[in-house]
Amino acid sequence: MGLKSNLHNLKEKYKGKKMAPAFNALHTFLYLPNETTHGGTHIKAADDLKRTMNTVIMAMVPCLIFGMFNAGYQHYLALGTIEASQGFLGSTFWTLDNLIVGAWKILPLLAVSYGVGLLIEFIFAVIKGHEVEEGYLVTGMLVPLIVPVDLPLWMLAVAVAFGVVIGKEVFGGTGMNILNPALTIRAFLFFAYPTWMSGDKVWVHGAVERAGTADAISGETILGSYAQNQEIVYSFADMFYGLIPGSIGETSKLLIIFGALFLIFTKVGSWRIMLSTVIGALVMGLIFNGVVDAGIITSTSKFYGLMRVPFWQHLIIGSILFGAVYMATDPVTAAQTNKGKWIYGFLIGFISIMIRVFNPAYPEGVFLAILLMNVFAPTIDHYVVQGNVKRRLKRLKVKTA
Amino acid sequence: MGLLSKKDSKLILDPLADNNPITIQVLGICSALAITAQLKASIVMSISVLFVMGVGNVVISLIRNIIPSKIRIIVQLTVVAALVIIVDLVLKAFAYELSKELSVFVGLIITNCIIMGRFEAFALGNGPWRSFLDGIGNAAGYGVILIIVGFFRELLGSGTLLGIKVLGDPIEKTGLYAIGYENNGFMLLSPMALIVVGLIIWVQRSRNKALIED
Repeated sequence: MGLKSNLHNLKEKYKGKKMAPAFNALHTFLYLPNETTHGGTHIKAADDLKRTMNTVIMAMVPCLIFGMFNAGYQHYLALGTIEASQGFLGSTFWTLDNLIVGAWKILPLLAVSYGVGLLIEFIFAVIKGHEVEEGYLVTGMLVPLIVPVDLPLWMLAVAVAFGVVIGKEVFGGTGMNILNPALTIRAFLFFAYPTWMSGDKVWVHGAVERAGTADAISGETILGSYAQNQEIVYSFADMFYGLIPGSIGETSKLLIIFGALFLIFTKVGSWRIMLSTVIGALVMGLIFNGVVDAGIITSTSKFYGLMRVPFWQHLIIGSILFGAVYMATDPVTAAQTNKGKWIYGFLIGFISIMIRVFNPAYPEGVFLAILLMNVFAPTIDHYVVQGNVKRRLKRLKVKTA
Repeated sequence: MGLLSKKDSKLILDPLADNNPITIQVLGICSALAITAQLKASIVMSISVLFVMGVGNVVISLIRNIIPSKIRIIVQLTVVAALVIIVDLVLKAFAYELSKELSVFVGLIITNCIIMGRFEAFALGNGPWRSFLDGIGNAAGYGVILIIVGFFRELLGSGTLLGIKVLGDPIEKTGLYAIGYENNGFMLLSPMALIVVGLIIWVQRSRNKALIED
């Protein structure tokens, strides 16, 4: 007997019992469900929840693999054992040593993220008696990509438990959540354990344990350097290709753009949100550049360093692109109407850069901006719909008059 | 409760659970968020409110028939204000450090919606004894939640309880800290108090479905 029939037998055995959702979920995850709909209406469509989620995961896999290489690369680079890589295909970047270090650090993060998250999903499904939904598959993949590489695993476990319960299950599970669960997890980590989520030690593997010793190494992110008015040691190409310290999956802008194209091509991600987020970020960057050019902010100001960053550079430093492509587009928490999507995305970009520049305590504001707009998304939709209703009523009046 | 009749004991027990002023009526949230970062402050706050509500309800109930209804809110405010000043002065005299910690929030007991709510809803229409029980009951219901929230916030946020390092020393790395545990800074921020209160509400309502309103 194969695994499939085993699972099927289990499913039959537990039908109608308490644990049924758990076995059904395993079966559906691995195989096509062997059930047909019973109702009258049938819509045959390939893009069910499982397929949608898998598409997003596929779009993130390059970022994850790159993140593994980059984690090892930053580690060895900070130790001084390897030369800086020349470009994206540099010989010192794609090495087995780098991958081993990265995988050793990142695979446990991935395992904890999925393990804890899915466990909670299963528990809630069993208690509430509904089917396990695929919603956590994407969240579980996103979480390791947006945390620093040296984050202790137990912290991640606590944060995932918090994020899944408070961010999702209290609202009724997948599809009902107001806040993006992955960002809720990151926000929790950020506020609960700030020393592990920001600063110049956490972004490179090994920096924390070496702090204060003779072997101390440092890996300040570019945003951190800018905020302290320091010189930037990385070239634009490094920033674009992602050969810089940062959260695991967000450094490579090149791969994020590939992921974005893939999501747009498969019509899973909304290009309106991605584009409008980028536009919003650029507009805010332009405003800040204008303020600096006009001489209102001078080099004595603590905002000077980040304000004079050329507006387009805001896109290749920090995680604004990652947020725009994988986070803001979450169909559940984003605005639903087309016009609403433009407003929603624009404000995310706009507020992200504003937080980034104005609040030195939060060197990266993308996750805060997206969470804020998640909350406002239903309001935006409401006014867009009402505006439409009003316009049509007016048209009706003109016609009948 | 042999001392009290069934009806009277209901006055005390109801607000403790099924008609809790914080989790069911959602009153007095502001102070619950502000001062619960430490257990000690929560306890002192609970006792202060217990005193103000117990005495205040009795005073209002005694003079309820001679208060002109047009100015009853002003009269109520005067009574609360007088009692709060007493509490404030007592704290300043006997627990100065603590009163500094609680800062404005002792004074803000005046604005605690539970107190005015009970004056309006109960003391104005009931005798002194029953009003006293009602005041004590509601203040206790308020205090229970405050102490639960304060317990978790101090334990998880600072690793202490009433200032005693129950989880070990974070600087010298003893106890739990030796194996890598760290305090959860989020617990010390007000949003977490709201979330903890929310979790209590969630647990309470899922245990007693009758409390769920549509």
